[in-house]
Amino acid sequence: MNPGRQKISSVGLFCKVRYMEQKLSNIKRLSNPIAYFLSVIGFLVLLFMVIGAVYYATVAVDYQWRWFKVPKYFMYKSTITLYAEGYGEIDSIVDNREKKDITVTLEDAGTRTYSVPEGSFDWIEGDMVSPGDILASYEGGWRPGILAKGLWVTLKISFLATIFGILLGIIGGVARVSDTPVLKWSAITYVEVIRGSPLLVQIMIFYFVLGTTMNKILLMNGIPKLDPQWYGIMALSIFTGAYVVEIVRAGIEAIHPGQVEAARSSGMTYFQCMFHIILPQALKTILPPLAGQFINLIKDSSLLGLISIRELTKATREGITTSLQTFELWILCAILYLLMTFTLSMCVQYLERRTATK
Amino acid sequence: MIDVKHIYKTFYVPHEVKALVDVSNTIEAGEVVVVIGPSGSGKSTFLRCLNRLETADHGQIMVDGVDIFDPKTNINTVRAEMGMVFQSFNLYPHLTVQGNVTLAQKLVRKRHKKEREEKTRMLLEKVGISAKAKAWPSNLSGGQQQRVAIARALAMDPKIMLFDEPTSALDPEMIGEVLEVMKTLAKEGMTMVCVTHEMGFAREVGDRVIFMDEGMIVEQGTPEHFFKNPIHDRTKLFLKQIL
Repeated sequence: MNPGRQKISSVGLFCKVRYMEQKLSNIKRLSNPIAYFLSVIGFLVLLFMVIGAVYYATVAVDYQWRWFKVPKYFMYKSTITLYAEGYGEIDSIVDNREKKDITVTLEDAGTRTYSVPEGSFDWIEGDMVSPGDILASYEGGWRPGILAKGLWVTLKISFLATIFGILLGIIGGVARVSDTPVLKWSAITYVEVIRGSPLLVQIMIFYFVLGTTMNKILLMNGIPKLDPQWYGIMALSIFTGAYVVEIVRAGIEAIHPGQVEAARSSGMTYFQCMFHIILPQALKTILPPLAGQFINLIKDSSLLGLISIRELTKATREGITTSLQTFELWILCAILYLLMTFTLSMCVQYLERRTATK
Repeated sequence: MIDVKHIYKTFYVPHEVKALVDVSNTIEAGEVVVVIGPSGSGKSTFLRCLNRLETADHGQIMVDGVDIFDPKTNINTVRAEMGMVFQSFNLYPHLTVQGNVTLAQKLVRKRHKKEREEKTRMLLEKVGISAKAKAWPSNLSGGQQQRVAIARALAMDPKIMLFDEPTSALDPEMIGEVLEVMKTLAKEGMTMVCVTHEMGFAREVGDRVIFMDEGMIVEQGTPEHFFKNPIHDRTKLFLKQIL
């Protein structure tokens, strides 16, 4: 893309936005600047009142806020502890660069050597050890916490389900507008069946019905069974795909029929016309509804905790059972979802602006 | 070159209209045929049947000896030989001017990059729009868009050009530039079928004028004969109304 065009188009966009603002302000405007200022203040007051009310309520019920304990759910310093596995004796303690090599001879398990940092143990050569004795204990570096892991799983599942959802949606959408009964009717059946039952039920069916049978068949053929994550991704992408089919269909039907006539009259086949003329134009118009669908997908992934996938919501629940920091962790969980969905909608808005200039 | 035999076409939506009633005609190679008539007379439907954008209910159309309504005919190969220009231009808004002219060359004619770029450059020069090769269709005037559409149709090296009211959606001052391009084409010996309201064009470059009304060919003949000594009352009335 040449830089000159982009420059012009961004100026064009700016003018367009200004124009829209003017149009709106003609319908309804607060012409008095003081009134406008007061109205902004009013919004801020309202916002703080809500936050204050929530805070007051938690104080009233004596809730102990412990936000300082939250970071460890993202990152924590792990401790590595080595235990003696039987009765034995410390043979030698030798320098090995910055570490020490401890060699232990156990009565029934032979000789073992452990390489540990200096100062992480309190033994001297010739000491006797018993089973369960701590040989050494030291810091093992940073590890991702349960929320970070859950966040990663949610991101991974949502990303994969989005990709498969788009593929299914485009294939289904093209089939939906075709004249061939086998394609058209398959697409209609798919959409109606999937849209007509709750996602939660579908996830259960995918995992407990389809998952059980498929895993059995896989095992019978000597193939290891699939991770529950994959059944979750399948359920989510098939669910989302059904909605994307309808969005794509609407996008295709919104294209002016003259476009098809121009393409077909120059000798292009149906599919050439579809992939070079119709879909590129349709994808541009369906970006906003598509974004809404994928924001829903991210949020719907929270249901996958029910089939033992430890995504963000399940991770939060597990974090709460061990820490009892109910308020902090649920609020944090909501904020993390908000961050993901907000980033996605920002990306789509950027894409929209990029394509709107053509 | 095109042999139209007894075609009928009726539309049922939104209400029953007999668009074509027993229309037969033969268009020779190198001929410029101008189709005129009041709106709703079936002239556009007739033109759109020639490359099967509409399918006739009965009858036969042979293009270069190929029956285009035969289900066994590969219509895409026939259409590749027939360029079409529309009233509403129908340029692809997501492609540049260059992209519009190049795309079908790549997909249908399978030309190599160098060859199709050379062809595009030549055609844009021919229709006088080479300065706008990198522009987007939405940034062009109506006349410029229509000239790009003509270049796009010519890029396939068609044997026949079909024009469906190419100047009807244009501002008056832009009609001239499009007609100029069409006249050049006619002089080069291109076979053309034009549905138009431009009587000046019909008189100047038309080899034959067809007058249609209520789905039938009422009268046809050379422009001199047609404009000076029309036979039918319906033709006389129409010419009186527009001239």
